[in-house]
Amino acid sequence: MADRLGFWELSVQVVIPQLLVAVRWTLALTICAAVLGTALGLVIALMRISRSRSLRALATGYVTLLRGTPLMLQLLFIYYGLPQIDPRLTFDPFPAAVIGMGLNSGAYIAEIIRAAIQSIDKGQMEAARSLGLSYGQAMRFVILPQTYRRLIPPMVNELVALSKDTAQAMVIGLEELLRTGSHLASRFARPGPAYLWTAVFYLGITVVLSAVATHLEQKLEAKE
Amino acid sequence: MAEPIIRLEGVRKRFGKLEVLRGIDLQVWPGEVVCIIGPSGSGKSTLLRCINYLEKVTAGRVYVDGQLVGKREVGGRLVDMSERELDRMRAQIGMVFQRFNLFPHLTALENVTLAPIQVKKMPRAEAEARGMELLRKVGLADKAHEYPARLSGGQQQRVAIARALAMEPKAMLFDEPTSALDPELVGEVLAVMKDLAREGMTMVVVTHEMGFAREVADRVIFMDGGMILEEGPPAAVMSAPRHPRTREFLSKVL
Repeated sequence: MADRLGFWELSVQVVIPQLLVAVRWTLALTICAAVLGTALGLVIALMRISRSRSLRALATGYVTLLRGTPLMLQLLFIYYGLPQIDPRLTFDPFPAAVIGMGLNSGAYIAEIIRAAIQSIDKGQMEAARSLGLSYGQAMRFVILPQTYRRLIPPMVNELVALSKDTAQAMVIGLEELLRTGSHLASRFARPGPAYLWTAVFYLGITVVLSAVATHLEQKLEAKE
Repeated sequence: MAEPIIRLEGVRKRFGKLEVLRGIDLQVWPGEVVCIIGPSGSGKSTLLRCINYLEKVTAGRVYVDGQLVGKREVGGRLVDMSERELDRMRAQIGMVFQRFNLFPHLTALENVTLAPIQVKKMPRAEAEARGMELLRKVGLADKAHEYPARLSGGQQQRVAIARALAMEPKAMLFDEPTSALDPELVGEVLAVMKDLAREGMTMVVVTHEMGFAREVADRVIFMDGGMILEEGPPAAVMSAPRHPRTREFLSKVL
């Protein structure tokens, strides 16, 4: 049977096909969480630098809470804890993972975006306001566009970390790469090939991400 | 005589414990060119920024074209203006900064057309036609599609002047417009400013260019310690200063 298969046969016939299914969940989770996290991060970042004290406090509280507790705990709380508070807050593993990882990365991305905004020379905002642009218009047309290039390196870091952190969603039963990999490892009592190929898949994702980022950065650099 | 374009009454500005402006009264008449001179830290730049309400005054009043800036009278009481109203007031006054502050991600022409398109809701084609005209006026029509990083300091400052003019301001404020420039680039910026003055633009210029003040200003104001110590025609203030602080300052810079 399978335990008599050689490394390559086990890999090609069982491990790789199953990981190819699982990687779709990992990719889907990475993308959905990144989109949610970026949208959330922008809002939180703008709140953190707003003139309203209550908005700032709210945003600071959010960042403190989400960065101050383990991601895995947050996932477990959303998946197992929320339904006990209100049965309507019951989610399947995938949406629960997207919510948890989106909320979590939102806190980190907020800090990245805030730092980028604050790194723009104060004179830019003043020049924009002196022309009659509102604060919102100045942000949208003058400040934020200048942050894009500076955002790329830290955002790539964040996305790479995010794509690997999706592995933690295995604790709420999402059949992503690591959960599938460890199933395979124990089912065939051959952890070697299972974990090795799982690693290759993760590596593939992160290498592609970094390559896309480098390309993007060079394209933006050429413009300036 | 007509209303002054800019009128300051007892303007004070305090940053924490430091009082930077200590009761400024100033009127600037239509078409007048006022140069403000004085040692650094005397409050000259803060004064300009208060006129444009980039800084909120601690006490006193600023009027632009007869309208009180920052406050509005409602039923006999003064209330803070909405952000919207303030934005509209700021658009009436152009400002040119020491460090140009061009938007680096936009071309020269885009720098000039951004505010007309976004604030005045001017159609893009019209804004670009007028923008090109303004760039021609400052001698930079051929640089319209260059990004600021490709322009010299003098060229950047001339684009910044065109950018401010694009909003058709009632007055222009210049905050040490040539202080960040290499000496050989100062002349081209001053030439553009002289043209503006000749066309009748109302201008308040904080400057260390004594030659410019002497030649172009209708009135020179000497500031020190957050107060106006002396003002008058350039010949009087600069050749025959009455206040000892003015004499001391001029002896150092001339």
